Amino acid sequence: MESVLKIYKGEVQPDWCPGCGDFAVLNAIQRALYELNLDPKDVLIVSGIGCSSNLPGFISTYGFHGIHGRAIPVATGAKLANPELTVIVTVGDGDCYGIGMGHFIHAMRRNPDITVIVMNNQVYGLTTGQASPTSMKKHVTKSTPFGVIDDPINPIALAIAGGATYVSRGFSGDPIHLAQLIKNGILHKGFALVDVFSPCVTFNKLNTYEWFRKRIYKLESIGHDPTNFELAIKRAYEFGDKIPIGLFYKAEKPSYEEYFEDIYKGKPLVYHDFPNKEQIKEIMKEFY
Amino acid sequence: MTNPIAVRFCGAAGDGIESIGSIMVRTFARSGLHVYAYRNYQSVIRGGHVWYQVRAHNKKLTSFGDYYDIMVTTNKDGIVYDSAQLREGGIIIYDANKVKFDPSEVGKKFIDLNIPLAEIAQLYSRIAAMQNVVAYGAIAYILDLDFNILKEVLEYEFGDKGREIVEQNIAAARKGYEYASEVYKNVRIKIEKGPRRRMFLNGTSAIAFGGYVAGCKFYAAYPMTPSSPILHWFAEHTKKAGMIVLQPEDEIAVINMAIGASFAGVRSMVATSGGGFALMSEAVGLAGMTETPLVIVEGQRGGPSTGLPTNTEQGDVRQVLGAGQSDYPKVVIAPRDIEELFYSTIEAFNLAEKYQIPVIIVSDLYMNESATTLENEFDIENIKIDRGWIVKEGEIKDYKRFLITENGVSPRALPGMKGYNFVAASDEHDEKGHLVSDVLAGLPYMLKIRKAMMEKRMRKEQYILKELEPPTLYGPQNADITIVSWGSTRGAVREALQILENEGIIANSLEIKYLHPFQGKEIKEILEKAKEILLVENNYSGQVGGLIAQHTGIFIKNKLLKYDGMPIMPLEIVNKAKEVLNLKSYEVIR
Repeated sequence: MESVLKIYKGEVQPDWCPGCGDFAVLNAIQRALYELNLDPKDVLIVSGIGCSSNLPGFISTYGFHGIHGRAIPVATGAKLANPELTVIVTVGDGDCYGIGMGHFIHAMRRNPDITVIVMNNQVYGLTTGQASPTSMKKHVTKSTPFGVIDDPINPIALAIAGGATYVSRGFSGDPIHLAQLIKNGILHKGFALVDVFSPCVTFNKLNTYEWFRKRIYKLESIGHDPTNFELAIKRAYEFGDKIPIGLFYKAEKPSYEEYFEDIYKGKPLVYHDFPNKEQIKEIMKEFY
Repeated sequence: MTNPIAVRFCGAAGDGIESIGSIMVRTFARSGLHVYAYRNYQSVIRGGHVWYQVRAHNKKLTSFGDYYDIMVTTNKDGIVYDSAQLREGGIIIYDANKVKFDPSEVGKKFIDLNIPLAEIAQLYSRIAAMQNVVAYGAIAYILDLDFNILKEVLEYEFGDKGREIVEQNIAAARKGYEYASEVYKNVRIKIEKGPRRRMFLNGTSAIAFGGYVAGCKFYAAYPMTPSSPILHWFAEHTKKAGMIVLQPEDEIAVINMAIGASFAGVRSMVATSGGGFALMSEAVGLAGMTETPLVIVEGQRGGPSTGLPTNTEQGDVRQVLGAGQSDYPKVVIAPRDIEELFYSTIEAFNLAEKYQIPVIIVSDLYMNESATTLENEFDIENIKIDRGWIVKEGEIKDYKRFLITENGVSPRALPGMKGYNFVAASDEHDEKGHLVSDVLAGLPYMLKIRKAMMEKRMRKEQYILKELEPPTLYGPQNADITIVSWGSTRGAVREALQILENEGIIANSLEIKYLHPFQGKEIKEILEKAKEILLVENNYSGQVGGLIAQHTGIFIKNKLLKYDGMPIMPLEIVNKAKEVLNLKSYEVIR
């Protein structure tokens, strides 16, 4: 683990609250990159806005810390420009399932080879604890003093239905398991979702480590077959006394970049030449 | 020298007006004539009333003309709606079996060219649009166009539909030509043709082709009139040009994808209209803050809100200048004709990469959808590409992506380069890219860094200002009146100057191209010397007039502001200029 930190440790110390689930996510990402032997120069981590979206600053790779909800389009554009990059998105539930939901859904149907890690704490932490799209019904927060009345988003079911080809859920309380989910997500060629129960120790007094520990079980432990769509959907709706974590669903489908192979011609777009005079004059003939 | 000649095809949407209009444009251009064409249409796929006006001359044209000479109409709406702009004594080509009207409805003298268009067309095809091809043949006789050119153009237009379709069209055009030559032998208009074919294109093609030439490899757009044809052009050329062309879920995804691609090192561009740009504006600031180059095209149309989706306006200046929060360096270019759209797009890419900023090209529906010939083909030999300061691996130690420099430009590394890992953040950050906005907020270090970084970014504009081509006065230096315009309005101004000159009125014009950074000093010097000033803008409030006042302290009181959805026409400017000079004006159009 020492060498992991040496290679991927960022220059800035995380400013998350002590006990925040995001620390475990950061460590799990570093461990996954280490196990995959990825050079930091070839990794791009894209985030949006929120506590979790500060993550790129705390790890030593290339990073793009964009605006709220828009990390997935930035990541898609970068991946298409240079498919040799390992592109990871690190965002929160508000960022991905709230303001950025449109991009989340549409990215899944395109299946770009990116890994989206959602630090899901079921609350808006950075803005001091308002309800989020994954807040449970009746949850009392600053913005919902009489309890949440909206039904929560089910990101796992949405992702399976939306065409994601790797749909998983981890828990900050089990970083080794989480690192494996992230690692396999990176290895998977296509859109990989790793939704992470990453408790907010400051603003979410309901969905605590303790609350999750009582409920979660691993899909591997019951021999779940992730290639079975119907079973995956069934497991995705388990959210009560028993909550599954692990790999829900996995499918094989061409990744987005593969559709552009005749454009790349074996070379990332970023290394392509500019058009030469002959090519330009050839197209200019169309204007006569 | 002969006069310009303009033809207007009228009909309902779905009647093939667009198709016959572009056939006419190509025919004139291949006959060595200069062309300026524009169309009016509605946001309907069938029905409504549309027209396509094609004006031709042996000299460069800058407007589609206040009046036209030949009307072709396949329904009565043409008579009702379009007679006003028909020149006194002009020609109306129609089929009396289908279009019934009383000559008094035209409201002026005209030459009646009743041709059994439908009957002739039915000999070759059951498609109603064939009637226009018959009329096209008749026009070729009237203007004495080489029928071989018509054949060539019809082959070009219908070649992909098969030999039979091509032959049908040629036969219909020939029959129209013959009918006119037999029945209306003496109806002829002399028009001098040129020796060589002329290059022609519309505004959206000029932008797209400019992007391609500049090395744009990533283009994303959400459909929106009047910029969708840029998407269509790129999509059609994706393989030939080696580009990735996408149509994502909304304009927010569009611009963020382009920022991602540009961050990774690929020249990227997006285009939209006012509504789409409104959605993009937060990310325009993101490009400014993260110092990511980006070219954005804003093709204005009538607003506010959905406004006039198929009509023109220059009403988005304030939106474009005010896009995004706070201050960040940017360039806003308003190209003044179709040729300039091409060169400005290349210039935009160079400025975007040299200064690592967003560059916005402001066009409008009028210019996007007009087609024109060029005096000379685009000068491909002298295209220059400037990618700015992109570092090489191993070149810099202790790398700082946002290094504070004299001109504000910092060394740019691309992901994949060894030794330069950094984070580009939308939060305020220091030279290394580390956030100063969270735990350091309000502390002395942040206050210092914030100030330094804001100043570093904004210093770019001082250097940009030094390299932008300075504004100049067009026409005689000493004039009775100076006409101030910007963007697409220049075309009408140029023609107005010619008309004024013919009448012995000395006028010149200031035609503004760069809206930001604003060349206030030069513009002030020019306007201070003017005897009278007339501001001409295609919007309600005189938005650039406000900009001039802000930067020069000069408030222009004489204004020609048009916001009915139609472009400003030469005679409107002439009349307004005469009004300012207390001279008798022309009879008002309509």
